[in-house]
Amino acid sequence: MGAHHHGPAKGITRWLFTTNHKDIGTMYLWFSFAMFILGGAFAMVIRAELFQPGMQLVEPGFFNQMTTLHGLVMVFGAIMPSFVGLANWLIPMMIGAPDMALPRMNNWSFWILPPGFLMLASTLFMEGGAPAFGWTFYAPLSTTYAPPSVTFFIFAIHVLGMSSIMGSINIIATVMNMRAPGMSYMKLPLFVWTWLITAFLLVAVMPVLAGAVTMMLMDIHFGTSFFSAAGGGDPVLFQHIFWFFGHPEVYIIILPAFGVVSQIIPAFSRKPLFGYASMVYATASIAFLSFIVWAHHMYTVGMPVAGELYFMYATMLIAVPTGVKVFNWISTMWRGALSFETPMLFAIGFLVLFTIGGFTGLMLSIAPADFQYHDTYFVVAHFHYVMVAGAVFSMTAAVYFWLPKWTGRMYNETMGKVHFWVSFVGFNITFFPQHFVGLAGMPRRVPDYALQFADFNMMSSIGAFVYGASQILFLYNVVATIVAGAKVSDEKVWDGAEGLEWTVPTPAPYHTFEVPPKVDAAPAYI
Amino acid sequence: MSFKKTLVTAGAALSTLPSLALAQNQVNMSPGVTEIGAQIYDLHMLILIICVVIGLLVFGVMFYSIIYHRKSRGVVPSQFHESTKVEIAWTAVPFLILVAMAVPATSTLLEVYDNDEAELDILITGYQWKWRYEYLDTSGETVAFFSNLATPQEAIYNTEDKGEHYLLEVDEPLVIPVDTKVRFLVTANDVIHSWWVPEIAVKRDAIPGFINEAWSKVSEEGIYRGQCTELCGAYHGFMPIVVHAVSRQEFDSWMAAKRDEAVSELAAVGMEMSLEALMSEGEAVYNRQCVACHGAAGEGGVGKAIAGSAVALGDLNTHLDIGIKGVVGTSMQAFGNQLSDSEMAAVITYQRNAFGNNTGDVVQPADVAQHRKG
Ligand code: HEC
Ligand code: HEM
Ligand SMILES: [Cu+2]
Ligand SMILES: [Cu+2]
Repeated sequence: MGAHHHGPAKGITRWLFTTNHKDIGTMYLWFSFAMFILGGAFAMVIRAELFQPGMQLVEPGFFNQMTTLHGLVMVFGAIMPSFVGLANWLIPMMIGAPDMALPRMNNWSFWILPPGFLMLASTLFMEGGAPAFGWTFYAPLSTTYAPPSVTFFIFAIHVLGMSSIMGSINIIATVMNMRAPGMSYMKLPLFVWTWLITAFLLVAVMPVLAGAVTMMLMDIHFGTSFFSAAGGGDPVLFQHIFWFFGHPEVYIIILPAFGVVSQIIPAFSRKPLFGYASMVYATASIAFLSFIVWAHHMYTVGMPVAGELYFMYATMLIAVPTGVKVFNWISTMWRGALSFETPMLFAIGFLVLFTIGGFTGLMLSIAPADFQYHDTYFVVAHFHYVMVAGAVFSMTAAVYFWLPKWTGRMYNETMGKVHFWVSFVGFNITFFPQHFVGLAGMPRRVPDYALQFADFNMMSSIGAFVYGASQILFLYNVVATIVAGAKVSDEKVWDGAEGLEWTVPTPAPYHTFEVPPKVDAAPAYI
Repeated sequence: MSFKKTLVTAGAALSTLPSLALAQNQVNMSPGVTEIGAQIYDLHMLILIICVVIGLLVFGVMFYSIIYHRKSRGVVPSQFHESTKVEIAWTAVPFLILVAMAVPATSTLLEVYDNDEAELDILITGYQWKWRYEYLDTSGETVAFFSNLATPQEAIYNTEDKGEHYLLEVDEPLVIPVDTKVRFLVTANDVIHSWWVPEIAVKRDAIPGFINEAWSKVSEEGIYRGQCTELCGAYHGFMPIVVHAVSRQEFDSWMAAKRDEAVSELAAVGMEMSLEALMSEGEAVYNRQCVACHGAAGEGGVGKAIAGSAVALGDLNTHLDIGIKGVVGTSMQAFGNQLSDSEMAAVITYQRNAFGNNTGDVVQPADVAQHRKG
C-alpha cells in the first residue's frame, strides 16, 4: 500500500475483495437495480393477470407468490440496498473522510446480499412453491399453513437483516468518527443526517424482525406456539412484532430519500435549504414517532378502544413534522432561480406525489375511516405513492444528480427528461385509479375481481407497463453515459451544487480526502 | 421541447383508455345503509376536503415558484434560508387542524365500539375459503350454515360468460332483519380472514382462537355484498360475503323455515340412497366444497390428487376419517361439521367412484353416522 495514487486491483478480485467505499457503493447500486428489474418483472405478472377479470395467465396460488416476492424484493432488494449504495458513495465524500470506518465489514455486508436473494428467489422452484403469504407474512398463514420453502425465506430474512445491521453500524461509526475537522454535526449535509438517523432505526428494528422470523421458525419446526392460539399463543402477537419493525421500516425507506431531495432542490434553486435546523429536528421527530405508532396497521384486529385512540392520535401527529419538511422544500424553491434538469424534475415529482401519499396516509390514520380503507387498493395506492414516487423517484433523481461526479461523464439530458415524463405519467395512470377501486370496495391481494372494477384495473395495468418500460430507457441512459457520455471535468458539475463532494476532481478519484479537507466556518448549504 | 411531445403522446394514449363515464366506475366510498356508515363517509369526505384544500395551497405556491422563479427568466436567487416564526406557524397550524379532525374521529370510533344491547347475535367463522354463519339464539334448533362462492369455475376460467355479480355471489347468503342491532362475533377456524361488507360498514378480522365483536344496524332492505379482506391463502379472492337485509316478518319466517330444515335433516339419517343418487349429489358437493383444492378432474392442486389416490382406492375408514376430521396442520380441514351425513356419504362415494377410481363402494348416510360415533 505504499504507492500514493494506487488504483483498483484488476479483474474480478477487484470486486470480490474490495474495501473501497466507491466500489462497494457501485456494487450496491447495480445489485439494487437488478433487484428492481426482478421485482418489476413480478409486478408485470401481477398486472398482466389483473388486466381483465377472470383467471388468464397464472393460478391463484402462484399469483400470491408473485405479490409476496414482489413486495419482499422491492423493499429489501431494491430500495434499501440502493440507499446503502448511495450512502457508501456519498457519506465519506460529504464529510471529508477517506473511506467508511469499517471497510472490511463493508465488503461483507454487501457480499452476503446476493446469496440471500438467490436463496429467496430459489424458493420459486421448490415443491409447494415460493412463500405466498404476503410481504407482511402474517401467522398462521406463514407458519402452520406455509409451504415448506418458508424455512428458506426465514433464513434469507436473517441474511438480509445481518447485512442491513452491518451496513448501519458502519454508517454510524463513519459519521461519528470520521468527520473532517470542523465538520460539526450541525454542518452535516442533510443526506448524512437522514442516513445517520435511519441507521439508528435499522439497528433498533432489524433485530425485532429477526426475532419475529425466529419465532416462526420455532413454531414451524420446534413445536412452540408463539403464534398459535391452540397452543396458548396469539396470532395477533405476530402482527405487533412485525409492525414494530414494519412501521419504522417505512421510514427507513423514506428518510434517506428526504435527504437526497434536500440536496437536490437547493442545488437547482440556487439557494440554500430553507430551515436546515428544523429539517434535522423534523427528521428526528419522525424517527421517534415511528416507534410508537405501529398498530395503525392493525385497526381491525380488535384492539381495545383506548389502544385504538392512542394509535390514531400518535399517527396523526406524524403529519406535523412531515408537513414541516414539505413546507421547507417549497420555501427553498421560493424566489430561487430554478432550472429543471432531470434530477430536479424527479425531485419535484417526488415532492408532489409524496405529498399526495402523505395526505392519504393522514386519511388512513383516522381509525374509523380506516375500517373502510384497510386492506383495499386504497392502501396499495397510498404506499406506492410514498414508496415508488417517494423513495424510487428520489433514488432516480440521485443517480442523475451524482452520476456525472462518479463517472466524469454527462448523461443524455433529453433522454433523462423523457424518462421522467414517461415515468411520471405511467406512475399516475397506474396508481391513481387504485384509490378509486379501493374506495369502491376492491380488496388487495386478490388475483381476480368483480366486473365493476374492470376499467380502472385495465388502466392501472397499462400504466404499469408504461412505467416498467420507462426503466429500460433509464438503464440505457446510464450505461450509455458510463460507456460514451460527454466528458465533464468541472468539479462542481452543477453550478448550484454545494458540499465537499463537489470539491474533489471529476470523475471522483478512487481515493478521496486522504488528507482531510478544510471545512468552511459556515458552509454554503446551511 | 421533447418532453412536451411526450406529454401530447401520453395524452393521446390516455384518451384511448376505456371510458371513465360508465356508471359502474364508482370512484368514492359509499355512505352505505347504516348510520355509522354515513358518519364514516362524512369523516372521510371532511378529511379528503381538508387535504385537497391544503394540497391546492401548497402546490399553488410551488407552481407559482416554478413559473415565476425560473433561472431562464433571469431572476437573481434570493438567499433567505431561515425564519423561526414561520417554522412555528407551520408546526402549530397543522397541529390545530389535526385536533379539529380528531374530534369527530373520536366520537365515531366510540360509537363503532359500542357493542352493547344487541338484539341478535351471529357467530361468523372464516374457513379457507368460505364463511360459516351461526345464529346464536337459545330458543329452538340452532341455525347454522356455510356460505360458499356460487360463481362457477367456468366463468372464472373464461369459458362461460361472467354474470352481473361475478365473484360476489354465494350459495346461501346471511339473512338479517333491518332496523335491528345485530352483533357479529367474528372468529376463524384456520388462518386469519377479515369479514367486510362496505355498505353496512363492518370490517373485522377473523382470528383463530379469538372472538372479535362488531355490530351493524341496517336501515334499508336490500342485498349487500362484500369480500374477505385479509390474505388467507390461494383462494382468498374467492370467498365473498352476501347479506340479505329483510323486514322483521320476513326474517322470522325465514328463521322458522331454517329450523324445520334442520329437523328434517336429522330425520334423513336412516335413509338408504341409490348409487346414482349418491353420485349425483356427491358431484354437486364435490364441486361446491372440494374442487378448489382437488381439481375438477380430481387431479389435485392445493390438495392431493383424488384420482388414483391411495386413500380413495384403499380403506374406507381412513377415507371417512380424512373427510370428517381433516388432516391436521394442512388446509385439508375437518368437513365433519360442515357436511350433513348424507352429503358426506355422497361425496365420499363420489370420490371413490369418479375420476377412474372404480372401487364400486357405496357409502350410506348411516355409515357416516356410525363412523362419527366411532
Ligand atoms: C382448502 C383446500 C382443500 C379442500 C377444500 C379440500 N381438501 Fe382434501 N386435501 C387438501 C390437502 C392439502 C390434502 C393433503 C393433506 C396431506 O398433506 O395429507 C387433502 C387430502 C385429502 C384426501 C386424502 C388424499 C390422499 O391421497 O392422501 C382426501 C380423501 C380429501 N382430501 C378429501 C376431501 C374432500 C372430500 C373434500 C371436500 C368435501 C376436500 N378434500 C376438500 C386440501 C383440501
Ligand atoms: C404522513 C405520513 C404517513 C401516515 C400518517 C401513514 C399512515 C399509514 C397507515 C395508517 C397505514 C395502514 C393502512 C391500512 O393498512 O389500513 C399505512 C400503510 C402503509 N404505509 Fe403509510 N403513512 C405515512 C407515510 C408513509 C411512508 C413515508 C411510507 C414509506 C415510504 C409508508 C408506507 C406504507 C406502507 C408500505 C403501508 C402498507 C403496509 C402493508 O400493509 O403492506 N407510509 N400508512
Ligand atoms: Cu405505518
Ligand atoms: Cu381472505
